[in-house]
Amino acid sequence: METFKLTVNCQQKDVTVDPSTPLLWVLREDLKMSGTKYGCGIAACGACTVHVGGVPTRSCVLPISLVGERPVVTIEAMSNDTIGRVVEEAWESEDVVQCGYCQSGQIMSAVALLKATPKPTDKDIEESMGGNLCRCGTYVRIRQAIKAAARQLG
Amino acid sequence: MMRLGPTLLLGVLLLAIVSIGAASREQGDTPDRETTPNRPAGLAAWQKIYSVMSHPRCINCHTASDYPEQGDDRHRHLFNVVRGPDGKGVPALQCATCHRQANADSTGVPGAPDWHLAPLSMRWQDAADRILPSSAVCKTVSDPAKNGGLDGAALIKHHQTELVKWAWKPGLRNDGSARSVPPIDYEEFMVATREWVQAGMPCTK
Ligand code: FES
Ligand code: FES
Repeated sequence: METFKLTVNCQQKDVTVDPSTPLLWVLREDLKMSGTKYGCGIAACGACTVHVGGVPTRSCVLPISLVGERPVVTIEAMSNDTIGRVVEEAWESEDVVQCGYCQSGQIMSAVALLKATPKPTDKDIEESMGGNLCRCGTYVRIRQAIKAAARQLG
Repeated sequence: MMRLGPTLLLGVLLLAIVSIGAASREQGDTPDRETTPNRPAGLAAWQKIYSVMSHPRCINCHTASDYPEQGDDRHRHLFNVVRGPDGKGVPALQCATCHRQANADSTGVPGAPDWHLAPLSMRWQDAADRILPSSAVCKTVSDPAKNGGLDGAALIKHHQTELVKWAWKPGLRNDGSARSVPPIDYEEFMVATREWVQAGMPCTK
């Protein structure tokens, strides 16, 4: 066990865990932040996406020992983020969500896309969101919501 | 008139060759690839380098396609990963989305600093993911117009980056087994690189 100092959603957190523990489990089990979901555990679905040092990251495969000093931002902070808030509003207005399980990861990826590419094309959306799976098949509405958010951010 | 002994003659000859070589390098020339005296040694060194470059740990990120490859069977990278404009993926699906500064052996994700795909000009495969022959890869690696402007000295430096060295310490797969490594060890690879560069980076026709 080792103690790691993390910055999660602008707050300092100390956690004492095995260094090989994935960030996802530190968030969910140690910090009791269950907004980030476990889907596959092998980087294949995107449900566990958070931002680490501004990079959209599969938290299920990132050992806590590799986080370093980079700040971690999760779905819980998106309503306080300029782009995150607009994306969440677009998700609501386009009625994107079906069961919801994949959606925190979808939103984290969409926010990362819009931060880098304010006016994404269909191809940009397909390529960037291609790693986020949705068993309910909400892909068409996700695309509409990303475009609506882009228009809103204008 | 003094007679020069065979040893002295050889010494004078070697000195002349070295001086000519130094003068030509000062002018920014590379040694003549077709006539350089150590061309056979250079070609032999190249074959060792090629045995490394054509290994999956290296060639999986020197594709001609829009995606990297994975595994010893060099299959298309899973998870819809794409190359992106600078070889580092796209905004929400970057190489760094999973690959960080070091191997993550507990989760089976390889990593090293500056993880990225080689540019298309440095592809060592064809569009059907077949590995290009030795001579074609050699021409690409030795051509500054394709290799990112690297001369011999810069190529040696490139082979000393952490990303290249990663091929010899590629970590564990997510089933806990070790990834395979190139057929010669890193030190032998560097000796071969230096030999090839010193021979003027010769390639077969
Ligand atoms: S749970 Fe991390 S990618 Fe599926
Ligand atoms: S909304 Fe159900 S998995 Fe995406």
